[in-house]
Amino acid sequence: MSKQKKFICGDDAVAEGVRLARPHVISAYPITPQTITVERLAEYVEEGSLKAEYLHVESEHSALSCAIGVSSVGARAFTATSSQGLLYMAEALPYASGARLPIVMMNANRSIATPWNIYGDQMDAMFLLNSGWIQYYVEDAQEAMDMMIQAYRLAETKEVMTPVMVNIDGFVLTHTYELVEIPEQSLVDEFLPPISMPENSMSLESPKSLCISAGNDTNMEFNMKQHFDMLNSEYFIEAIDKEFGDKFGRYYNGMLEGINMDDAEIALITTGTVTGTTRVVLKKLRKEGKKVGLIKLRVLRPFPVEKLAEVLKGVKAVGVIDKNISFGYEGTVFTNVNSALSTMENMPKTMNFIGGIGGRDITKEDIEIAYEKLFEFLQGEKIERVQYMNVRCDY
Amino acid sequence: MDRPKVKGWSYPKSIDQFPMGSTCKSDHLTSINAGWRTVKPVIDQEVCINCLKCFLVCPDGAIDKSSKELEIDYDFCKGCGICAFECPVNAIKMIEEVK
Repeated sequence: MSKQKKFICGDDAVAEGVRLARPHVISAYPITPQTITVERLAEYVEEGSLKAEYLHVESEHSALSCAIGVSSVGARAFTATSSQGLLYMAEALPYASGARLPIVMMNANRSIATPWNIYGDQMDAMFLLNSGWIQYYVEDAQEAMDMMIQAYRLAETKEVMTPVMVNIDGFVLTHTYELVEIPEQSLVDEFLPPISMPENSMSLESPKSLCISAGNDTNMEFNMKQHFDMLNSEYFIEAIDKEFGDKFGRYYNGMLEGINMDDAEIALITTGTVTGTTRVVLKKLRKEGKKVGLIKLRVLRPFPVEKLAEVLKGVKAVGVIDKNISFGYEGTVFTNVNSALSTMENMPKTMNFIGGIGGRDITKEDIEIAYEKLFEFLQGEKIERVQYMNVRCDY
Repeated sequence: MDRPKVKGWSYPKSIDQFPMGSTCKSDHLTSINAGWRTVKPVIDQEVCINCLKCFLVCPDGAIDKSSKELEIDYDFCKGCGICAFECPVNAIKMIEEVK
């Protein structure tokens, strides 16, 4: 079987993945910080290679509101945004998740105001961890494309019925090019059956009231059901990734990937593209005989509590790289990891490495320093628990 | 009066039995809503000229015109008094409710 490969950027890869998923409607607002993903999709629709309605709406809030309408009648919806655009659509996010509408969205992780710029960090998506959306973070353009296909399959799974946000690092993925393997449409069609959501979509035959109000006699139970189904989606995330691996030859290890974790004494935890840089450093340190490991967190909601505790058994110190700051506390992923690790009998020591804010590079050297600091921390040296990477002045 | 009727909804025994999302069949009223009313409008049918002004201005759609005479749906009337205020012939009186 001939495999088609294209040299494309992360935005293109997402657009290719979305085209293969055959959405019925794409709604998007084209302004900075939007990406060219939606431009490509507009071209696909125009040339006829994607049979979909393309709706050019007047804001990001409208883009998602439109996707909510599309999904409400049982059609497949796609939208994409970034940074302030995501924050502007924030009000609509819990409407989509509360109504259990299987919308898929790409979010290019970019810095937020102010001071604003268009470079990448993960502050935007971290704001919305509590929005009820499943959140993936991908490492490269290939994974970005593959996750678009997996995201629809997951979102539309009967037991899940939850919108999915696929996060791709701004600039590092949206503006760099790599070889991406494009799967055959027929295989994707086998993997991703037509959308079916009889319980929560409406039609003329089955008129429904959507986004109903629920008083204090039922509201809590509605929210609990949503929460439990999100927790249970972990099983489907794993199963769908395995099935994808069998069919397309690329398996991403479900919720998280542990690299060199079997005998690791210390480990770093990463999300998104910084994983790739850390892989390179890891190889070098392993060659030097250092017992270091790496965990790539692929999904932050649901959070892989048990899997993380399992993979960190025997590890003595863990560092979490956060491309965000929760002002007045620490990195958001760090907070989440610490809570998960507190379930362990012998909880490792933990450190936070905050870096990459506003698109600042996290270099191989920075990551090597992080591993060194973890070793020093382990040997009992007094080091601040929260570290800042690649800072350009005293603080 | 042929207004939508409140349909019974038995509270689910477990969370699984809750609807998938905030969605339900259309027209599915699960409860009446008139609890905060202190005064209620009463139409004097002898005086009423059937001009339908009250029907138009009622913010809760609680006035029914499906029968020969206008009727007020006290299951949903909140007692705001707009109908009485707007009535051109003073056919509607607001009467204090004593429970």
